[in-house]
Amino acid sequence: MPFRSLSDIQNQLNAGQTTAVEVAQLYLDRIKQYNNDLNAFVHIDAEHVLAQAQASDAYRDEHEARPLEGLPIAIKDIFCTQQGPTTCCSKILEGFEAPYDAHVITRLREAGAVLVGKTNMDEFAMGSSNETSAFGGCKNPWNTDCIPGGSSGGSAVAVAAGLTPAALGTDTGGSIRQPASLTGLVGLKPTYGRVSRRGIIAFASSLDQAGPMTRTVKDAALLTSIMSGHDAGDATSVSDAPNFDWLKACENLDMKGLRIGKPKEYFIDGMDEEVRAQVEAALKTCEELGAEIVDISLPHTEYAVAAYYVIAPSEASTNLSRYDAVRFGHRCENPEDLEDMYARSRDEGFGAEVKRRILTGTFALSSGYYDAYYLKAQQVRTLISQDFKQAFEQVDVIATPTSPIPAFKSGEKTEDPLTMYLSDIFTIAVNLAGLPGLSQPCGFAQDLPVGLQWIAPAWQEDKILAAASAYENATDWHTKSPAKFGGES
Amino acid sequence: MDIDVKKIANLSRIRLTDDEATELAPQLNSIMGYIDKLSEVNTDGVPPTAHPHDVAMPQRADIVTNTDCRDALQKPAPRTESGLYVVPKVIE
Repeated sequence: MPFRSLSDIQNQLNAGQTTAVEVAQLYLDRIKQYNNDLNAFVHIDAEHVLAQAQASDAYRDEHEARPLEGLPIAIKDIFCTQQGPTTCCSKILEGFEAPYDAHVITRLREAGAVLVGKTNMDEFAMGSSNETSAFGGCKNPWNTDCIPGGSSGGSAVAVAAGLTPAALGTDTGGSIRQPASLTGLVGLKPTYGRVSRRGIIAFASSLDQAGPMTRTVKDAALLTSIMSGHDAGDATSVSDAPNFDWLKACENLDMKGLRIGKPKEYFIDGMDEEVRAQVEAALKTCEELGAEIVDISLPHTEYAVAAYYVIAPSEASTNLSRYDAVRFGHRCENPEDLEDMYARSRDEGFGAEVKRRILTGTFALSSGYYDAYYLKAQQVRTLISQDFKQAFEQVDVIATPTSPIPAFKSGEKTEDPLTMYLSDIFTIAVNLAGLPGLSQPCGFAQDLPVGLQWIAPAWQEDKILAAASAYENATDWHTKSPAKFGGES
Repeated sequence: MDIDVKKIANLSRIRLTDDEATELAPQLNSIMGYIDKLSEVNTDGVPPTAHPHDVAMPQRADIVTNTDCRDALQKPAPRTESGLYVVPKVIE
């Protein structure tokens, strides 16, 4: 049961074989058993979870079940929830309770979901290993000496260890796809503008998107179909986004006629050779399913990380100026004057990585440097988008490794920030271009999960879902779960 | 490149301790050194990205859609009084 998909649990609920309360209790018991060790959840209110499950069972007695009726979903601590704390795993938001629910949270509640708690993450989503969290890192259930990836690390651990069947994450430079890859899950970053950002604590507003982390492709489609849609409260949520039947897109069983682009810049020297071999083998499987593999080039790929580390910190330095100790958040003791209050509260409240990013962004935007850094990075971003546009004239989808390496040891990359930044080398370009991307499990390297990344043109998540569903149907990687937590590997 | 960390920290309204500034300086220089890679790219005549999808920002009617929620919004504030935010004295 703990490692079942949302759709399996939904079938059981619909058949009357179990109740939302029983399902919620099962996961609460597992959280109690394992969370002290894994540190996946940072806030849990068991009573509130059971109350939601009871309300869902009562609703089901009287009405037709809603699309997520009684299904437990864990929430990254970046989503504002009216119930309980929302801290973005930062000391500066210690004790903060949001006055409203994020748009996505409202949609999940209205669909009957049971929200099971807030998950650990890198502070303000800035990190690739979950180690910058003010609550401490969390452990990869496949090897507890290793990090689970980040920034949505707690959501990944919670699903991978069977503490919840699904979770929400956010992805600014790979923060859904990279941890999904490192823990053997499906993670989908929708097209920019597909999902409302209102009530999601902002990191880099032109890159941030929320999405699901699940055990199967169909579960990712189910959750995204509920999360997405126009919201007048977010000016960048697109009102006339092309749509399709999300579940139907997952019924695909072959790849006949599908043209898959294989970009040479994503199979490079220095990447883990076992990861390369697993992804190559996955592409072979796709060929057997009828796909044609086309060698392509995305020539500006090597500049994506540099462009990202100008654009994302610049936006972050602006977004995080709101933590001024006036309207919410930490205020230092006995400020001498207003300046002292701003500067000391922010020094005390922000962790080292967040400070690094704010300073990098402030520098890139400062007088005399704007043209050389910010403007230049936005021009390079245009070239990166054009690379994808040209590639999609030849192919339907692009397939790459999600991460060049499997999960690494805790503490291994914390000394040198630049080494950490390079772990997102294969996921960042997708955010810069605003495209949809999905990671799904495709094997193991050094007994740790490996992820296959699919990229499609904007608004064509259906192509990704179809390809990933066909691959999932032909393989059994998605059925593996860590033995140490009662799974089958 | 040699970044004046204290100056940038002041612009960011973050008071760094001397130890923090000493630790951050080489890290920021190394990050900016990597970012200088961008100068290799020929961007003559390339328009900068203003929006990932090349669309204009939408407009909406300027109408009130929510009711007064001052109390709820002020609840997380460190200090308020009579519906106002209280901060240290600004003018002597």
